[in-house]
Amino acid sequence: MTQFDLARDSVRALNQRLHESPEGRWLVLHPDGRHCIAAGVDAPVEIGVQGHVGYYCAGMNKQAHITIKGSAGPGVAENMMSGSVRVKGNVSHCAGASAHGGLLIVEGDASARCGISLKGSDIVVAGSVGHMSAFMAQTGRLVICGDAGDFLGDSIYEAVIYVAGKIGELGADCVEKEMTPQHRQSLADLLSASGVEADPGSFRRYGSARKLYNFNIDHASDY
Amino acid sequence: MCGIVGIYYKNKDLSKHLGTMLASMLVQMSERGPDSAGVAVYRNPVGPSSTKVTLYAVDGDYDWNHLRSLLTKAFNADVDIEVRVSHAVVVTNVPLQELRAWLGLKCPDLRIMSAGSTIEIYKEKGAPREFVERFALQDIQGSHALGHTRMATESAVTTQHSHPFSTGLDLCLVHNGSLSNHNRLREQLQHNGIEFQTDNDSEVAAGYLMWQLHQGASLKQALNSAIRDLDGFYTFAVGTRKGFAVLRDPVACKPAVLAENDDWVAMASEFRAIAQLPGVEQATVWEPAPATVYSWGEE
Repeated sequence: MTQFDLARDSVRALNQRLHESPEGRWLVLHPDGRHCIAAGVDAPVEIGVQGHVGYYCAGMNKQAHITIKGSAGPGVAENMMSGSVRVKGNVSHCAGASAHGGLLIVEGDASARCGISLKGSDIVVAGSVGHMSAFMAQTGRLVICGDAGDFLGDSIYEAVIYVAGKIGELGADCVEKEMTPQHRQSLADLLSASGVEADPGSFRRYGSARKLYNFNIDHASDY
Repeated sequence: MCGIVGIYYKNKDLSKHLGTMLASMLVQMSERGPDSAGVAVYRNPVGPSSTKVTLYAVDGDYDWNHLRSLLTKAFNADVDIEVRVSHAVVVTNVPLQELRAWLGLKCPDLRIMSAGSTIEIYKEKGAPREFVERFALQDIQGSHALGHTRMATESAVTTQHSHPFSTGLDLCLVHNGSLSNHNRLREQLQHNGIEFQTDNDSEVAAGYLMWQLHQGASLKQALNSAIRDLDGFYTFAVGTRKGFAVLRDPVACKPAVLAENDDWVAMASEFRAIAQLPGVEQATVWEPAPATVYSWGEE
């Protein structure tokens, strides 16, 4: 395992090494809230970060499996393309913003705007999420095992939201939808992949009423 | 941008570490505010018959001893002056109203940065690290403090435009964000007798809290009313003689992190300002919820 101590060397040096020779397993020590730790990694490596991180940790992640053993600041795993990011603590706002692929797991709570403009990633939050989560989310899944703040799924496109707890208030054009056996199975598979224990039977599904945006599902292949 | 920090000691034995902790927090917020830095420190309270003001001299070579003899002669008063770079803390038994009027008349090149029984404010343009070193911040002891690093966006980079602002006695507020209804609110507050020194939006928030406190509200009640009456983006850290509070607006775009252990409460725009503090391993770290008042120590 390669150890990299941010008390001794810079985040820029860490990211350069992760970009130039990304092999094996890495342990990043003393993150101390620094920004952009392990951003832009494009290799199937395993990276552990021992502590709390600042903004944009694991941003643009591709292929890598990154575990943050602490809490994360704004924009964790923003624009992730593939791989996975697991946060053992809480995350600040805009977690998984615009993420295209991969899996983001938050073992604690997520703050406001979790999964904003989601473009295909899956996000599983073991705790609760703040207001305006999944705002304008286009595709992908957001699973909330706890409660959701106000304006959940405001102006949502075709992303799917599963919530086990209470919801403050649904956002514009976001409605509850039928939980079919297929949805329940898909949710069960996602929960299993994320390692978060929750009963798939306790979730409700939410998505777009498709009244706000100019889109006709019958012509989906034309877009 | 801008960075704000705050520290409040639950364990008063630790007040000797205030300067060191505040300095490390401020330097960590350099990238958020490289243009100027400032602090409000609560320490060395004076008795009810004394006035304590922090003065700032535009002229770097200001003769503070001359001010002492002028004041002593004018009021036949006790005057104690402690100089810190371009600032000086003046403690005297001259009533504040008289002191303020006299200073305005006789010393137009001095600015009153703070007034009260406990508060001291120091601020200067330039990078936070330079500020910390020039003002020997590490040596300052006290019960609680606020700090601000400024990235100027709407007005000039000068010491007068630097934060923090203090509008009322012992009240100080540091702000990350911008208010949109400050002009109308300033007019209303002026009608109610609150005076302002600048056209700055953050000063209006401080003036608003002062007015609420004058009306008999507690700091917590004043901040709860602020959620209703202030429009805009804000994360506030607020200090009073004995109290410390944090509030974010309902949209919560501006960042904030709180940390608390048995000894202290720390607040900062980002966790990295808190990460260096001794005892952080034992602290609970969380992001303050939107439109929720967090307060400590207020009587």
